[in-house]
Amino acid sequence: MKIHEYQAKEVLASFRIPVPRGIAVKSEDEAEAATKKLTGDLLVLKAQIHAGGRGKAGGVQLIKDRRDVRAKARALLGKRLVTHQTGPDGTEVRTLLIEEGSEIARELYVGIVVDRRAGKPVLMGCAEGGVEIEEVAARTPEKILRETIDVPFGLHPFKARRMAFALGLAPPLLGKAQAFFTSLARCFVEKDASLVEVNPLVVTRRGDLVALDAKMTFDDNALYRHPEIVAYRDLGEENPAEVRASEHELSYISLDGEIGCLVNGAGLAMSTMDIVKLHGGEPANFLDVGGGATRERVTEAFKIILEDKRVKGILVNIFGGIMKCDVIAQGIVEAVRELGLRVPLVVRLEGTNVEKGREILAQSGLQVTPASDMTDAASKIVAAVREKTMSGARR
Amino acid sequence: MSVLLDEQSRVVVQGITGEAGLFHTGQMLSYGTRVVAGVTPGKGGTKAAGEVPVFDTVADAARSTSANVSVIFVPPPFAADAILEAADAGIPLVICITEGIPTLDMVRVSAALRGGSTRLIGPNCPGIISPGRSKVGIMPGYIHKPGGVGIVSRSGTLTYEAVWQVSQRGLGQSTCIGIGGDPIIGTNFVDALKLFQEDSQTEAVILIGEIGGTAEEEAARFVREHVRKPVVAFIAGRTAPPGKRMGHAGAIIAGGKGTAAEKVAVLEECGVRVAESPATIGATLVRTLSRA
Repeated sequence: MKIHEYQAKEVLASFRIPVPRGIAVKSEDEAEAATKKLTGDLLVLKAQIHAGGRGKAGGVQLIKDRRDVRAKARALLGKRLVTHQTGPDGTEVRTLLIEEGSEIARELYVGIVVDRRAGKPVLMGCAEGGVEIEEVAARTPEKILRETIDVPFGLHPFKARRMAFALGLAPPLLGKAQAFFTSLARCFVEKDASLVEVNPLVVTRRGDLVALDAKMTFDDNALYRHPEIVAYRDLGEENPAEVRASEHELSYISLDGEIGCLVNGAGLAMSTMDIVKLHGGEPANFLDVGGGATRERVTEAFKIILEDKRVKGILVNIFGGIMKCDVIAQGIVEAVRELGLRVPLVVRLEGTNVEKGREILAQSGLQVTPASDMTDAASKIVAAVREKTMSGARR
Repeated sequence: MSVLLDEQSRVVVQGITGEAGLFHTGQMLSYGTRVVAGVTPGKGGTKAAGEVPVFDTVADAARSTSANVSVIFVPPPFAADAILEAADAGIPLVICITEGIPTLDMVRVSAALRGGSTRLIGPNCPGIISPGRSKVGIMPGYIHKPGGVGIVSRSGTLTYEAVWQVSQRGLGQSTCIGIGGDPIIGTNFVDALKLFQEDSQTEAVILIGEIGGTAEEEAARFVREHVRKPVVAFIAGRTAPPGKRMGHAGAIIAGGKGTAAEKVAVLEECGVRVAESPATIGATLVRTLSRA
């Protein structure tokens, strides 16, 4: 789960990690009121969306004269911000963070992720802050410094010091850096984060270390023990179909293509997308109904696909293990009876109770094209969609 | 011989009285697996799935029944503890089916298991089957056939797909190991490849990977250095967009790392033939074997 920058800074502050003083606002009035509570000559106005690249897209504005705040807030609130992470439609800005500006002497990068190979979280540091860390990793990986975090001890002080020295944070900054890094590690572990990123971490002219920007994502599997993090969830930032799917314990991700896919199992679902593409089609979604799906869940999954206006054809690919093919077939029949079927449907069933499942579909009277294997299924649905598009164009 | 599991394996089911635990205990028994015990705290002294004795602790179960394999169907918040309990009872092979365990729980578990004598498979995996001998997990037994192909996979149903293609072509499997779709797992591709390389029944290996992490690249380098048997692979997720978790917690392209293209390139460089389509895994294996 992702949260906003202002929320991430609240979390960091609760671990005594220094962040700029700031206030989150949702209107021009609130923005103006906030400027009166903040001090200093320079304020910064930052659009709060769950995507990076805000600065380049105009989502970060400096306020040198407080009288400008209303106009600048108005220009951002309600605007769709398009960054390299949002997709072409952008994301609507509904919240702004107003902060006191910092006098920056140096910018650095620190972040924590779980390193799969090491089997533990790893603190990453880079003396070049404010840059795209992925680009640094690709071009000059030797510039990224790493220290593993030994759960449950946390980041050992000697490792925090080693990172500090390597980043050029010698005394008098050493103590502050050590505290910053160990607190960041503690925050990551205690909150079950999957990513914490402070980019940039700045050294101010007065000799303080401050998290100027902050990004946090959390392990979905651990949210059950963090109600305080779940309270930060902003459904407005998420795809509505994906939210609805998650309520039904379906794993669904919306994509840009025209062939809707309904599959059981994540690996098979990814492979089904791949084979659609291999046959010249474009998948409209990733959808895994899971191993133990009920008929209701299958019906719901089918509805989500049917309601996607871009979908021009549907491919169902089921390899029944625990999931029985007759359950899938009944779910499909029910969804189609309820919503109608406006696009071609190709179904490939294999595995447990496959004969029963095929029989249910055959006797339903629905326009279902059966397929014998994955290749057959993919080529049939791609051909059906192409034919439909072409006959539409002729009319 | 198969690897990890054979007709001598004595299985204890942790979480045997839950819905999934009960159902799959029945399935395993009818496949012929020797399920000798179940564990559900508070239900010790009862019986489940017919005649399987239930114990309060894994230690009790191990002592009374000499169980040497554990399979875990315990819900995610308690699964890490269940793994540690099995290891503490001295069970040498622990297979965790549970999906949805917090990543940092697994960080703690793998730190605790390091240096010990327990091998963990999974979590978030379909389990292990040595066809005709024993099945410990949730895979449909009837699609398998005894034979010489070892299969190791991060996925569940995609593995069934591969097994089916192999069986349809008249070949069988020595052992199929689902290593699981999570970022932190007990046994990785390299561990499984070592086992298959040393196993006399295994003549060839199918490796099924997916986007996320670098485990396939490490496996590829291991094959080049140490595996003298033909290895065929498939990587799921060529069309997956970056930054999105594709169902499995481990299947995410992060920071430009873990793409299918990278994995395929390294595998091929190391002499592993990679099937382009998920429908041609079996055919690719047959082609490779006929050349070998």
